[in-house]
Formats: sequence, structure tokens, C-alpha cells
Amino acid sequence: MLNKQTHLIGFLVAAVLLLAMPLGLQIVGDAWVRIAAFALLYIMLALGLNIVVGLAGLLDLGYIAFYAVGAYSFALLSSNQLTSNFDALGAMFPNGFDVSIWLIIPLGAGLAATFGIILGTPVLKLRGDYLAIVTLGFGEIIRIFMNNLNAPVNITNGPQGISGIHGVRMFGWDLNRNISIGNYTITSVTQYYWLFLALVTLTVIICYRLQDSRIGRAWMAMREDEIAAKAMGINTRNMKLLAFSMGATFGGVAGVMFAAFQGFVSPESFSLMESINVLAMVVIGGMGNIPGVILGAILLSVLPEALRYTGFISDWQQHAFNHVYVDTGILRQLIYSMAMILVMLIRPKGLWPAPEHGKGMAALALGQSKAVHAVPAVVKEGA
Amino acid sequence: METFIQQIVNGLVLGSMYALIALGYTMVYGIVNLINFAHGDVMMVGALTAYSMFLLLAHIAPGLPGWLTVVLATIVAMIVCGVLNYFIERLAYRRLRNAPKLAPLVTAIGMSILLETLAMVIWGRDYKVFPSLLPSKIINIHGVVITPVQVMILVLTAVLLLGLTYLIHKTKLGRAMRATAENPRVAALMGVNPNLVISAAFVIGAMLAAIAGVMWYANFSTANFYMGFTPGLKAFTAAVLGGIGNLTGAMLGGVLLGVIEVLGAGYIGTLTGGMFGSNYQDIFAFIVLILVLTLRPQGLLGERVADRA
Repeated sequence: MLNKQTHLIGFLVAAVLLLAMPLGLQIVGDAWVRIAAFALLYIMLALGLNIVVGLAGLLDLGYIAFYAVGAYSFALLSSNQLTSNFDALGAMFPNGFDVSIWLIIPLGAGLAATFGIILGTPVLKLRGDYLAIVTLGFGEIIRIFMNNLNAPVNITNGPQGISGIHGVRMFGWDLNRNISIGNYTITSVTQYYWLFLALVTLTVIICYRLQDSRIGRAWMAMREDEIAAKAMGINTRNMKLLAFSMGATFGGVAGVMFAAFQGFVSPESFSLMESINVLAMVVIGGMGNIPGVILGAILLSVLPEALRYTGFISDWQQHAFNHVYVDTGILRQLIYSMAMILVMLIRPKGLWPAPEHGKGMAALALGQSKAVHAVPAVVKEGA
Repeated sequence: METFIQQIVNGLVLGSMYALIALGYTMVYGIVNLINFAHGDVMMVGALTAYSMFLLLAHIAPGLPGWLTVVLATIVAMIVCGVLNYFIERLAYRRLRNAPKLAPLVTAIGMSILLETLAMVIWGRDYKVFPSLLPSKIINIHGVVITPVQVMILVLTAVLLLGLTYLIHKTKLGRAMRATAENPRVAALMGVNPNLVISAAFVIGAMLAAIAGVMWYANFSTANFYMGFTPGLKAFTAAVLGGIGNLTGAMLGGVLLGVIEVLGAGYIGTLTGGMFGSNYQDIFAFIVLILVLTLRPQGLLGERVADRA
């Protein structure tokens, strides 16, 4: 009973801290609230990818495509991009498109899910690494189209991207406007942070519920052994498609939020490196473990930003050698890449791996076969 | 007709370079089941090492003939890349051989970023132009033009592919590699040293990549720290297209991919009535890959293996 109470108190304290955090960061500067808001977006993305990679065991290297689909759906439906390039639309909507967020979120999510199924269908029969390259190719195809669909008709405005995207407005609340209470201002970035926090909370709840559901167990069974899962009556085809579309949905919603938050989208934000980055968050945090994935997302999104503040090392080099050998940008990449390698070498299962459900039992049951495996080693020693 | 043959020639040249890089991917994958994401960057290191050698040789031996400079630079690049890839395997992959499959993938990605950053520190961010060391007189055969560099690429690739086939099928090391790829445990029991075989695969793959890097540099006449990314990606696609782990498949996949890409970029404009241009060149590789894998999930020449968990 007491345990439950402390849990509740801990939970409430964490909630208050998370809600109050941007107000504190605001004092240091909006830039840090922005970083926190982006960390939340990456948590959403990483949790979505965790469904595909961590739970269902399908290696997806093109996940960012779904993020892009969401972002571009919002960008097109909430800016002047289409109305200024198509006269007929321009005549109908002289002030540009301004579709309600309540319509765009389901639309973006649905579109991303559809793309998830489009991607999933041809790759159903593929094994691990074949799947990786096909999903990678899919991500690249989407990006190349976004980069080039400015001719013959201008839809995505090509590499320049779409700017002037409206912010989120709901219940008469415009998140792009600062709120002033007396002398105190709650900036727009902080308001977005709260919106993202709410969405992340929802995502986490959905992920936990999914993981403990019949579907989640089916995914994990499929991940461990596809043939055995099939033999147990799991429809692996539908389960794979469901994993792809579920993961894509989260990516799509995160993309919608990204476009609204940035006010600008361009194909550059959806490169292969971004997909890889999100995958690294999942793997480094601890594949298949929700708190681990959240940790990974926070670390890998905040670390590169924090490393921007290493200017003092350049100053020091200037001071010591009269020359800057390694500038901040390079240093940041060096530390980032080495951290990636070292974390994996030291903790191959990630920083916070999933507890091994029932593996203890499995090891007991497998005791016999383990003895068989040990034989070659004995023979080798003898020889 | 001339343009068609011209496109085929250009495609073969591009495909040869893809094939050389793809071999490195496929050899490593065949033996340790790892996608060595840093492989494209090893190729970049090869090209930039050759650049440094050009500078050095021009300084210490100014009278050296151009072709000899290129040969010497290529040999040094091969050695540097071989040693580099050996240490990459030792440091980043060996410890993770029995770890969950995605762990070495992430270290490989980290290695790729690390190599690019280090190259940026050593060689800077700018494009290095290939000096005029090789004959540049264009050969014209009935309207089809080909440069001496391209002829060299085609001939050298053919020689290297034959040499590698010989190595894999006729030598002791090749037999050890095939045995380890088939079943590492049994191979080890038969007296094959798996560490040696794996290192050999990494070193040979890196040497081929170094040659491909110098070729790429000579053909497109620029090199910088980021040049390895796209060829690496395409070569990986080629390796999968041919059936990853299969050497002949990697060669076939590379050449096919090069030809398809050039033909696609050349004809998409006329086929779609100007709707899409050659800026869509990069999607052909992936579209072909998806189509082929839908019909043949194991790749063109891959074997159908049971799913191993």
C-alpha cells in the first residue's frame, strides 16, 4: 500500500517538474526550451520506431519518411503554398489554406499509416538486412520526390521547402502567440513544449498498453521466432503490416507537430541521417524497453545541442597554440560518434535494456541443450 | 543508337566502381552477417590518401611519369585502407560479434560519422581536384566516346574480379573464407582461424574500396570527405540486389545497377514527356531493388536460407 503511495507521489513530483521545466529554462533562454521541445518530438519518433524495431523486430532505416509525410501534410494544408501555385485553389481560398488542426492530425496520421502499409506490403517476405535496405530506399525515394516536386507543377517547392506555415490553434488558443500574465510572459515555445508533453504522455500510455496487449505479445513472439509465432496461429502478415502502420502513425503525428512548431519544412530535415539518428536512439537507449528508448531519445537529441556550447575549447586552443585545430562543429561530431561507438561496446544491449521476461525459465528449460552446446568447446580444449 | 551505346558504356563504368565497393560489403556480410556502414567512407579515405600522395610525389619526385604516380598513390591508398579497416574491425566490431545484431550496426554508423569527421580535420571541407596525371585524349569509336580513364576502369575492374574469384575459389585462404561463411563453428573445428579469416575479408574489401575510390576520384575528378556516402549506399544496394553474401551476385548487382541508373536518368525525360528529369536518377536504384526483392526476396543470385533467429 505504502509502495503504491510513494509511486503516486513520485509520479506527481515528476509531472510537476516536467510541467515547470520550460518556465525555468525560459529564464536561461528560449533556445533551451526549444531543445527540450525537440527532445519531446524525438521521444515520440523513437517510441514509434520502437514499435517497429523493438517490438516487432523489423529493421526500418527509412522511418523518417513518415515524419516527412506528416510534416508535409501540415505544411501544405496550413500555408499559402498550394493556393499561390494553383490559380483555381487561390481563387477559392484567397487567404491560403488554413485547415483545422483537428482535421490535419488524423489526416497526417492516416496518410503516414497508409504509407506504412504501402512500404510494408512489398517487404513482407524479406529477412532482416534485406528489409533494412528496402526501407532505406523507401525513405530516400520519398525525400527525392519532395526535393524535386517543384516541377512541372510546384507542389513541395523543392529544396527551398515550404515556409510561412501557420502554428497550432485550438479552442481559440493560438500557440504562436506569447501569453502575458502581468509582467510575466509565457513564450510560444513553452506552450508548444506543453502540447508536446501531453502528446508524449499519450504516446507512452498507448505504447505501454500496446506492449501488454495481445498485439504486443504477438509482435514479440514474431520478433523472437517468426516460424514458431506462425505455428501458434499468429497472422504474421497482418501483424507486420500493423506494426509498420502503427509506427508510421506516431511518426506522422510527430511530423505534423514538427511542421507547426518550425513554421518551415524542407527535404533537408528528412535525410537518411535523421532515420539513422532515430534508430540509434532506440538501440542505444535499449530496444524494446520504453523507459530506455525515452532515455536514448533525450540523450541523443540533447547531447549534440549541448556540445554546441564547447566554444571554450576553441578559445583554449587559440590561447595555447595560436590556432584552432578542432572547431566546435567538428568536436561535436567527434564526441557524438565516439559516444555512439563506446556506448555500444560497453553496453551492447543499450543503456537500459528490456528486462528479460521469462528468460530465466527458458534458460532452465534449455539447460539440457546448453550442455550439448558446450561440447565443442570441450573438444577444442582437448585438441 | 549511338546515344544508347554511349549510355551503356557510361553505365558499365559506373557499375564497375559500384561492383568493387559492393564486394567489400558482401564479403564482410557473408562471413560475419554485418552491414559495414563505414565501408563507403573507407573508399573516401582511399581517394583522399591518393590526393595526399599526389602532392607528396610531386614534391619529392617531380619528374615521375603521371601513370606511375597514380599507381604508387593507389598502392599506398590500398595499404592505408587495409590497415584502417583492420583496426575498425578490431576496435568496433570484434567485441560485438555475439551481441544483439543491431549493436554492431550502430557502431558501424558511429564509425562512419567518425571517419568523415576525421577526414574533415585532416583534409578540410573543400573539394580536391584530380591533377592531370593521366592521358585525357578522348577515344571516339563511331560516335561513342570513352576516356582513357574509363577504359582503365573497365579493364582494371575485370582483372580484379577475376583475381578475387581465383582467390576465393582456388587458394587456401579462399577456402577458409568460404568455410567460415558456411558455418563458422565447424570451420573453426577444422582448424580455420576465424579471426584471421574475418580480418582478411575486411582488409581485402578495404583494398578493393581504395581502388574504387581512386577510380571514382579520377573519373569524376573531385574528392572530399563526404564523397563516400552515396557510392557506399548504392554499392550496398547492389550487394543486396545480387543477393548479399554472394560474390558473383555483388559483381552482377553492381554492374546492373550502374547501367540501370544511367539508362534511367538518360531516358526518363523522353519517356515521361519531360515531366521528370535526370534529377530522379537516384530513385532508380531503389525502385529496381524493391521490384527485384518483391519477386525474389533472396536477391538475384542469393540462396534461399531458412530464417535464423
